[in-house]
Amino acid sequence: MSLLHYMRAMQGIIGRELWRFITQRERFISALVRPLVWLFVFAAGFRAALGLAIAPPYDTYILYEVYITPGLCGMIQLFNGMQSSLSMVYDREMGSMRLLMVSPLPRWFLLLSKLLAGAGVSILQVYVFLLIALMYEIEAPWQGYLLLFPALMLTGLMLGALGLLLSSFIKQLENFAGVMNFVIFPMFFMSTALYPLWKLKESSKILHALASYNPFSQAVELIRFAMYGQVNKYALAYTLGAFILFSSLAIVGYSPSKGMMARKGMG
Amino acid sequence: MGACSQTMSNTKALSIEKLRFAYQEKLALDNVSLTVNASDFSFLLGPNGAGKSTLFALITRLYDCREGSIALNGFDIKQQTRQALATLGIVFQQSTLDVDLTVQQNLHYHAALYGMSRKLAKNRIQEELERLAMFDRRSEKVAKLNGGHKRRVEIARALLHKPSLLLLDEPTVGLDVQSRLAIVEYIHYLTAHEQLAVLWASHLLDEIYPTDQVLVMHKGKIKAKGYSEQLLAMTKTKDITTAFAQLTQGELS
Repeated sequence: MSLLHYMRAMQGIIGRELWRFITQRERFISALVRPLVWLFVFAAGFRAALGLAIAPPYDTYILYEVYITPGLCGMIQLFNGMQSSLSMVYDREMGSMRLLMVSPLPRWFLLLSKLLAGAGVSILQVYVFLLIALMYEIEAPWQGYLLLFPALMLTGLMLGALGLLLSSFIKQLENFAGVMNFVIFPMFFMSTALYPLWKLKESSKILHALASYNPFSQAVELIRFAMYGQVNKYALAYTLGAFILFSSLAIVGYSPSKGMMARKGMG
Repeated sequence: MGACSQTMSNTKALSIEKLRFAYQEKLALDNVSLTVNASDFSFLLGPNGAGKSTLFALITRLYDCREGSIALNGFDIKQQTRQALATLGIVFQQSTLDVDLTVQQNLHYHAALYGMSRKLAKNRIQEELERLAMFDRRSEKVAKLNGGHKRRVEIARALLHKPSLLLLDEPTVGLDVQSRLAIVEYIHYLTAHEQLAVLWASHLLDEIYPTDQVLVMHKGKIKAKGYSEQLLAMTKTKDITTAFAQLTQGELS
């Protein structure tokens, strides 16, 4: 009986998020336009500028567009994770987060369901993006598309948890724009999304170190290898570890006794 | 002093004892005790900033009380959170409906959070919406409803899981007179005929019925408790407006 309650609630939370996403067409389109611009404009322009050596998981010379596709999948999820936490800050102000919090289920479970819902939405976007990329002849083996699903689930959860963690610290909506600049851009540019690690090493040791410890890099590598049907164990462990860390801290942030909410004096 | 402790009686829908709460330095609630029984309509009256919202945040366990105790239908909010929350229905001050979804979708979402089956939810939604004359509008998007109708949907939603305690935080603010009166009357009907316990926070004095238990709150304290007649006698005033003004000016303790 109780298990059924949990299942119904999770289904309700995920269903609501997916439905909202599908009905908000502008959000869907703008979520797709961003990576497509990067792919069609930025990558095409950079193709000549950047020479790439053969490195796993690739077994041949590749075009720059092929290289950055996994990074753009990661970017979709990064924006999604931050945006869903933005909506959480907004929701909380509007009270619908409070509505969720008063339902008779453990808070960690409600937050986890919310994270799963957010990851689900981002996966949907990634697959649509990959479908368009496929028409542009950026293709991966079919096993890759299958293995991508669990990889994207984990990376989506990890980035969502990071967003959730930030949202528990941010009091006002306005502050969030700053976080976008201070979190999204550094995370994206200091990662392996746009250039491989060895290439970074050539220009700066510090950047190389930062990029290799950046959890977003590891998420991108997990996606990159999964796309070619391979499991990058280090990236998997790193991403999983980051997810556990971020989500635990976020749950503490939202807990009634230790949380920041009481200190902020909301409600 | 002391942690939230278990309360003995479980006939009380809401039992709050010696609650104290501060935001950092600022004391928001000071030694608040109150009880709401089944069929009681308790009217929490207080100016803005009196501590009503903090009290509601603690009852719904948005955050924890450090001193004092809160029990809902005998379940301690800290020890038996889920059982306690399952007996609670709430209407927040701000609308918490998802305007992009239909009335029905909003209510089904709520039903899912309370673990109701699809079929049960469907029946309960029909029942509650019909009572508020909103059933015909179930497929409309919430964005299309006016303020009064939105509130009705929120009341229907709060009652879906048949709570024994209903909290309402300034539920009639911003509504036209007719919608206001209809909602006040409906909630009173529920206390009289369905043994619902109600805690209604407001600063609109004309919503008080003679049968309501009035709790006057000011600067984090309960200044006075009683029927409006008793409050008049206590303050030696002729109308509730003057009585309220006197009580919240801190002349009486």
